[in-house]
Amino acid sequence: MRRALYLLPVLLVAALFVFFRMALRADYDPHAVPSPLIDQPMPAFDLAGTDKRLSGDTLKGEVALVNFFASWCVPCRVEHPLLMRLAEEQHVPIYGIALKDKPQDTERYVAQMGNPYRRIGLDENGHVGIDFGITGVPETFVIDKSGHIRRHYGAPLTAEELRNDLEPLLRELARS
Amino acid sequence: MRALLLLLLLLVAATVQAVEPRERLADPALEARARALSKELRCLVCQNESIDESNADLAHDIRVLLRERIKAGDSDDEVRRFLVSRYGDFVLLKPPFEPATYALWFGPPLVLAVAGLAIALRLRRARTEPDAPPLSDTERQRLARLLEEEG
Amino acid sequence: MIAELGHFALILALLLALLQSSVPLIGAARRNYAWMTLGRSTAVAQFVLVAAAFAALIHAYVTSDFSVQNVFENSHSDKPLLYKITGVWGNHEGSMMLWVFILSLFGAAVAWFGDNLPPALSARVLAVQGMIGTGFLGFILLTSDPFHRLVPAPLDGRGLNPVLQDPGLAFHPPFLYLGYVGFSVAFSFAVAALIEGRVDAAWARWVRPWTLAAWCALTIGIAMGSWWAYYTLGWGGWWFWDPVENASFMPWLVGTALLHSAIVVEKRDALKSWTILLAILTFSLSLVGTFLVRSGVLTSVHAFAVDPRRGLYILLLLLVAIGGSLSLYAWRAPALKAGGLFAPISREGALVLNNLLLTVAAAAIFWGTLYPLFSDQLGGPKLTVGAPFFDIVFRWLLAPLLVAVAVGPLLAWKRGDLLAALQRLWAALAAAVVVGLVGLYIAGGGPILAVLTLALAGWMALGALSEWAERVRLFRASLAESGRRARHLPRAQYGMTLAHLGLAVTLAGIAASAWQDERIEIMNPGDDVPIAGYTLHLNSVDKVQGPNFTAERADVTVRKGDSVVAEMHPEKRFFPLQQMSTGVTAIKTNLLADLYLALGDSDGKGGWTVRAWWKPLVPWIWIGAVMMALGGVVSLSDRRLRLGVAARARVPRGARAAE
Repeated sequence: MRRALYLLPVLLVAALFVFFRMALRADYDPHAVPSPLIDQPMPAFDLAGTDKRLSGDTLKGEVALVNFFASWCVPCRVEHPLLMRLAEEQHVPIYGIALKDKPQDTERYVAQMGNPYRRIGLDENGHVGIDFGITGVPETFVIDKSGHIRRHYGAPLTAEELRNDLEPLLRELARS
Repeated sequence: MRALLLLLLLLVAATVQAVEPRERLADPALEARARALSKELRCLVCQNESIDESNADLAHDIRVLLRERIKAGDSDDEVRRFLVSRYGDFVLLKPPFEPATYALWFGPPLVLAVAGLAIALRLRRARTEPDAPPLSDTERQRLARLLEEEG
Repeated sequence: MIAELGHFALILALLLALLQSSVPLIGAARRNYAWMTLGRSTAVAQFVLVAAAFAALIHAYVTSDFSVQNVFENSHSDKPLLYKITGVWGNHEGSMMLWVFILSLFGAAVAWFGDNLPPALSARVLAVQGMIGTGFLGFILLTSDPFHRLVPAPLDGRGLNPVLQDPGLAFHPPFLYLGYVGFSVAFSFAVAALIEGRVDAAWARWVRPWTLAAWCALTIGIAMGSWWAYYTLGWGGWWFWDPVENASFMPWLVGTALLHSAIVVEKRDALKSWTILLAILTFSLSLVGTFLVRSGVLTSVHAFAVDPRRGLYILLLLLVAIGGSLSLYAWRAPALKAGGLFAPISREGALVLNNLLLTVAAAAIFWGTLYPLFSDQLGGPKLTVGAPFFDIVFRWLLAPLLVAVAVGPLLAWKRGDLLAALQRLWAALAAAVVVGLVGLYIAGGGPILAVLTLALAGWMALGALSEWAERVRLFRASLAESGRRARHLPRAQYGMTLAHLGLAVTLAGIAASAWQDERIEIMNPGDDVPIAGYTLHLNSVDKVQGPNFTAERADVTVRKGDSVVAEMHPEKRFFPLQQMSTGVTAIKTNLLADLYLALGDSDGKGGWTVRAWWKPLVPWIWIGAVMMALGGVVSLSDRRLRLGVAARARVPRGARAAE
């Protein structure tokens, strides 16, 4: 019994080593904040828009993307061409929500860069963003036909993500 | 890219600011509640800061939203639940007391109890054990002879 | 050229370290004197080489040699000279160079000052130091080479993070590393003792000075880090339970336990296997800290650049060093001869309690720091374990210990009289009550926890003084007699009193933070803001140009009543190279309280956000830490520690047992 007690420290260290080894795997990101909203109904919102109002009802009945962006956001500009491509090729409606942005700046942004959005909502105080649990821009949500959130991309979309994850998901959701 | 954004926000957060004067509620009691709550909520774009301390935009937004909800009559618990439903338990600096965290909260007292018990038993046993095994008869005779020789 | 020489020196040092890890160890087993003493020569030579390499790196920084990649990434020609030098260790590669520099320094010190060590023990200790050196030099050469060249050489560098361009940076890491790395000596002694199969009072006597030195340095290192955060970050916080802060605090807690445990081994030949375990654990925690900072598995404000490959190497290093030493412990420690017995109520018993509470506190901090990682890896929710958890757990664990600190030294060895000890502490109890009442009155009934903590500080302070008074028979013998006794008290005794007093002072400083006054206002030039009996008057906010920054500088006059008390100048600095702003706080202290000002943003209409705090007793937090470190230094200067074995043989056992 006494002997076993002396072994305790080594055993604990061995267990610790296993955890650390697992944590060092390339796919572990201690910064990543997982969303509790997956598979939940999309938060209700009703925003004034650049053209028409944008609310949860606008999206009803179809698979859609909700993309939070802003004119002052540099990574958004990097993501933008991908959104344009998505809008053209995939025929999936993309709804934009401009976060903490002045309406004129938002309009100038889409005039300059191109408009992939079917409609743009203006979330000037950022409350809708918080309702969706975003921590920055750009972030993108995939909403299914019943209005539930199926995926949350907490970072700018990449071509790889598009190919390997988003497009298959859109196909699957379109079928259901 | 996200890492860069985070890094940028971190660097900004490393500066002076925190609660802005204009964010404050007029009612000091409510404002005190808001400050206390802010200290318990994590700034999600910083590295280990509360929203009370952080300069980040998101921290500011949540501070404002928090105060709106307090003014609207939400209790402290309701405000916490509001944020947890959107960001998960991750946003609480004080881990909740629930099955996933029982091990966390019970850990230290358990270790203290077990270690304390082990030591107490060890001490008790050490005291009742004789210092050395008693001498046999032959050994005792030998000892007596040796002592005589010492003289 | 110099950088290449530095690189070459490192390679040579690694070869020497390999030699040092093996030959003396074999020599000790084979009783080959020449092989045993080789360890001392290699330790000194290693130090010379590593020092040369370190000097080469510093040279590259000072001359702004941007062909060296490390210099390019972390320096800039505009940087002030002081920060060019201190910037050497403001990054991963440079700080690892500091690490091995201090490691080799301690190795050489053991070789130089270890004359009184038996050759076999000395050989084994240096061999283990050599193994650690091999591990870290290998790490540097394989994954973190600071001498890597860039071709073609860039014209200028990327500069140093402005937050780190501060005098505090100059001293915080070196002291911290002196502590972390210094504990490697205690570790080496412990492993050597396990290999030899013998732990005795002499061993404890030899280990103590090294442990004390490391502990003093770590105390100062942590205190400096805390103070630096306080005056740099701008909201007056000084401890955040950030994972990397915890990584420095855990070795300190266990190191304190080690210090006290070694006393028992020395005086009573007891608690041997526990002391060995503590020696191994203290350095192990230093190593784990190194891993946490550099691997990226935890989020932290302090973390260096994330690189899982480096993390893997350090993890292997950890496994070998910690796993190896603990396996050796599991194998050899049961055979250690058990020492003197003692009653639960005794000085040994109090020290066992001390060990227990400090170790469990360190374990609790470890648990809380790593729980998010465990939870996440096991498929549980993503959690945050923040300051509220640590505050609660740590407080409850430490409170009984702090009460016992006053009682322990008054108990006799082997079997103590608790009642008699408590009776001698009547003054301490009175002080606690008085302080508590005074605190209650001044604070107007303030938070009860803070009042109790303050009372506890009073208890501890008077407890330490009562113990001293007891030893010199103050008021019970003639003053001359007391004076004589006081002069002949061993320095280690004074060291203890000073250290425990320092702890009480720090505790008081921490308690008083509950009563700070805070004002956050938008001020226009000409406005007045009252705080804690002072009036702050904003005269103006001017634009100022610095060597590598532009700043907005507020000119604030502080008045008490009608008289001017101070002129304070909080700033907001902008560094164009890094496109980053930092604040420079203005602090006016009278050592009893701090008036703390920070400048915020402009509101665009001529108004500025000004944050002001009046923090009572906050300087005591660091004054207390300095007192603790000083106590350690005083203890170190005790003659008995340096005479070691030779003196012990001359003094008969009976005379010493009376201490």
